[in-house]
Amino acid sequence: MSTHTATPAHGIHGQLQHDHGHDHHGDGHGHDEHDGASHGTFKSYMTGFVLAVILTAIPFWLVMDNVIESSSTTAMVLLGLGAIQIVVHMIYFLHMNFRSEGGWNMLALIFTVVFVVITLSGSLWVMYHMNANMMPAMTHEMNDKP
Amino acid sequence: MSNTHVLSQNPGAGAPETLQFHVTGEHHPQNGTLLGFWLYLMSDCLIFACLFAVYGVLGRSYAAGPSGADLFDLNLVAINTAMLLLSSITYGFAMLEMQRNRVGKTQLWLFITGLFGVAFIGLELYEFAHLIHQGAGPQRSAFLSSFFALVGTHGLHVTFGIIWLVVLMVQLGKHGLIPENRRRLMCLSMFWHFLDVVWIGVFTFVYLMGVLP
Repeated sequence: MSTHTATPAHGIHGQLQHDHGHDHHGDGHGHDEHDGASHGTFKSYMTGFVLAVILTAIPFWLVMDNVIESSSTTAMVLLGLGAIQIVVHMIYFLHMNFRSEGGWNMLALIFTVVFVVITLSGSLWVMYHMNANMMPAMTHEMNDKP
Repeated sequence: MSNTHVLSQNPGAGAPETLQFHVTGEHHPQNGTLLGFWLYLMSDCLIFACLFAVYGVLGRSYAAGPSGADLFDLNLVAINTAMLLLSSITYGFAMLEMQRNRVGKTQLWLFITGLFGVAFIGLELYEFAHLIHQGAGPQRSAFLSSFFALVGTHGLHVTFGIIWLVVLMVQLGKHGLIPENRRRLMCLSMFWHFLDVVWIGVFTFVYLMGVLP
């Protein structure tokens, strides 16, 4: 900073460079400065609502009418539809995009999703193997050995 | 950071337009609350992720007790889901009215949202009471403990959301659509829609997958 003020020529040059750098920054914010979290419109809310209703109705119909015979296939379809519906809610109701709050909303969301996936898959994976390896038969064997 | 820039530019008055630019750039922190609230929601999401993980691990440990297929009434769950989904869209309408600066209509939609929320909580409490009455309380099995923990936590969130909603309706009546109230409404909007997102996980993972053979 002190060098900027000491030699004016150098200082102005430095400022210009700084401004240039900031200009891009400012441009990115220009869209959402008046609405940090972007708003929806009647149309976007209705689109989201209709999609959500469809994506809710299908899983209930699948399970209540026993449409697919295999349980595991149904479970996979349910999880897939649930994931799609979560994305629909995020876009149309929570107005997630890459621009709101200068992208920090999305960054926090991505971080959380990574964390959630690790927590869920890690817990299920580890505990499933714990269950499989600590079945009563197994513990008997272990007790007999010594 | 930007403050020091402005200070350093004061002596070199040769570029006033650059100075203006820095001043306009200062608007940025005004949305800090919304970003902060979003971060809170993300941490809340981690709480729910842990509860989902617990349910995922213990959800089939019935301790020779009743299973999800024996207990869950999917019609009730479907109505519950509809209540929450409808409350989401009515809250969206309240936000649209807020953008049009209509206090009365905003309050009306908030009131309808609250009614749906109360209906949701009422149905959930009825379900819980019914389960406990059947002897399928939280202490019956690991499955039921994790079920009550997960669904109960979600229900508590909705309950506090309703309290917040009532408080905001009073605030709107007293002060109208001042910037502070708009900010609060936007925070509650995120909270409310977030709860609906969590409920998607609950009805998919707990109820629908719970009754699969």
